[in-house]
Amino acid sequence: MTAPTLIFGWGNPSRGDDALGPRFVEAVETLVQRHPEWGPVDCLTDFQLQVEHALDLQGRRRVLFVDASLSAAPPFTVETIVPARDGSFTSHAMSPQAILQVYCDLEDVSPPTACLLAIRGEDFELGQPLSTAARHHLESALAWTAGWLERNHADC
Amino acid sequence: MTHELETADTAGKNLRRVAIDPVSRVEGHGKVTILLDENDKVHQVRLHIVEFRGFERFIQGRPYWEVPVMVQRLCGICPVSHHLAASKALDVVLGAERLTPAAEKLRRLMHYGQILQSHALHFFHLSSPDLLFGFDSEVGKRNIVGVAAQYPDIAKKGVLLRKYGQEVIRMTAGKRVHGTGAVPGGMNKALTRAERDALRADVYQMVAWSREAVAIIKQLHRQNPALYDGFGAFRSNFMSLVAPDGAMDLYHGALRARDADGKIIFDQVDYQRYDQVIAEEVKPWSYMKFPFLQQLGPEDGWYKVGPLARVQNCDSIPTPFAEAERRELAAHAGAGPLHATLGYHWARMIEMLFAAETIKDLLGDDDLESGDLLRGGERRKEGVGVIEAPRGTLFHHYRVEDNDLVTMANLIVSTTHNNQAMNTAVREVAKKYLDGRELTEGLLNHIEVAIRAFDPCLSCATHALGRMPLEVRLENHEGDLLDRLRKDAGGAVSRS
Repeated sequence: MTAPTLIFGWGNPSRGDDALGPRFVEAVETLVQRHPEWGPVDCLTDFQLQVEHALDLQGRRRVLFVDASLSAAPPFTVETIVPARDGSFTSHAMSPQAILQVYCDLEDVSPPTACLLAIRGEDFELGQPLSTAARHHLESALAWTAGWLERNHADC
Repeated sequence: MTHELETADTAGKNLRRVAIDPVSRVEGHGKVTILLDENDKVHQVRLHIVEFRGFERFIQGRPYWEVPVMVQRLCGICPVSHHLAASKALDVVLGAERLTPAAEKLRRLMHYGQILQSHALHFFHLSSPDLLFGFDSEVGKRNIVGVAAQYPDIAKKGVLLRKYGQEVIRMTAGKRVHGTGAVPGGMNKALTRAERDALRADVYQMVAWSREAVAIIKQLHRQNPALYDGFGAFRSNFMSLVAPDGAMDLYHGALRARDADGKIIFDQVDYQRYDQVIAEEVKPWSYMKFPFLQQLGPEDGWYKVGPLARVQNCDSIPTPFAEAERRELAAHAGAGPLHATLGYHWARMIEMLFAAETIKDLLGDDDLESGDLLRGGERRKEGVGVIEAPRGTLFHHYRVEDNDLVTMANLIVSTTHNNQAMNTAVREVAKKYLDGRELTEGLLNHIEVAIRAFDPCLSCATHALGRMPLEVRLENHEGDLLDRLRKDAGGAVSRS
């Protein structure tokens, strides 16, 4: 059964703060178990955002995309995103906006409401754990997300 | 075989260096440097690849059983290939010379799922925009979003083919990401009846769509043979695994190499001895090594790997539709091998069809559900694993001490094998399309198309939002840095 809320984080867990996306999703999965009042939430992770992830949006009411970011203001930024034919056409860096656009083109319907949570990362070296700063940013982002899940609003 | 690229003496020739960065729609980023002579003709081209070699050190000191899972983090595009190549190397360390039938077939299923999804991604999402819209078309349109808008049927089939391949991986590897299905000595998970039935329900559709994909690329070749057969064409040796009977086998086999005329250089070489037939040359301007066939030496021994090499190196393909397509490609090539860079796309689609047919056959094999999944044997200190990854031959080589810790790791990835071939392809394109001292968007497009045909995995480092630092360097003939442009994490460009 597809949950109305999807939380999708991506990144390489072996590369320092690049792990913020997957680590965030792991933490949310734990929280969801303790908060049945939030209702059904699906959690997915991957290394990279890929075009077939458009299919993961089927049947959702709202989606939270989560990634590490070097340019986001610490501890994190959140924005509502809309479909866009942007320039992120490298398979390495397909944007969530482009994923939404592919969804529209494939399904011929409007996509679910989507938010992008960009958690500030500092150090992306191979084999390194999350930096101290990133751990703090992760905690802040989780606190915001708990509120978002509780409000049960689609918008961020 | 000429070798102008690397043997030319550049000293004192008053050469001007122009760098183009980035190369988009390949995995990671590359930088191309075009070196002109004093007559403004292309003298030398270098594709700089920032390959991350640190992973070999990362593995050292780890228990061997962790390695097949760890190495998946090398790459977000072909993690399964690393997972299986490492597992095969450690099979040897454990003395598991032959896996149980169930384990081997489950691994094959996982591998062909990986081939299917990777080839679908590359063709439909990365290359079809160039091929369907033209190399000179508007950049904003030349991407998968543009394909989805204009050719929604093609785009949707591409997405669903890739999705199916990912499902095969998920069901055999146990997880969608960081699967743990393969372990040294075999597999730790069988396919359930429900999983097998779910995959069988869609597999005929995947075969049919793969046949359509071959038809698309054949049609493109026929519409413009001058372009498709001539673009970035150059002669080279090629190498791949083949089965004992010379048939295509992307999971297991022995090494075979042919020269540019198609004549066999060596055949049925045990890959445990890869270092006796392949050597790796280091060049000062690149982090990547340049492998070559020892028998021919560094000047003449470089070679291509990957779909175009494999389809022409084998004697046959063991599934009927793909074999018919292989014959058609061979007939198109004529007396010798096809050396056209864009031929990679044609061969890649034949392989995708082969993968779909193989998955269909494996899903009908009852060995998949037969119990025993693990084997062992006499322990050894060293093992080599090889697999034909989507982009080409992939070697993993490990030494493991009695305390179970890895003390040495050597990986030769497909993009490394193709290093010289990619440089040569770009040089041929630059020679043809660079006019004077001005770089044009058209030239950049053509260079990107040439590199992309090889589907290189340049660097699977981080991808975090905004983290795409780019650098453009201008150097004189003595290597002095004259200028440098840097695009920072936020996308702002600065000069330093």
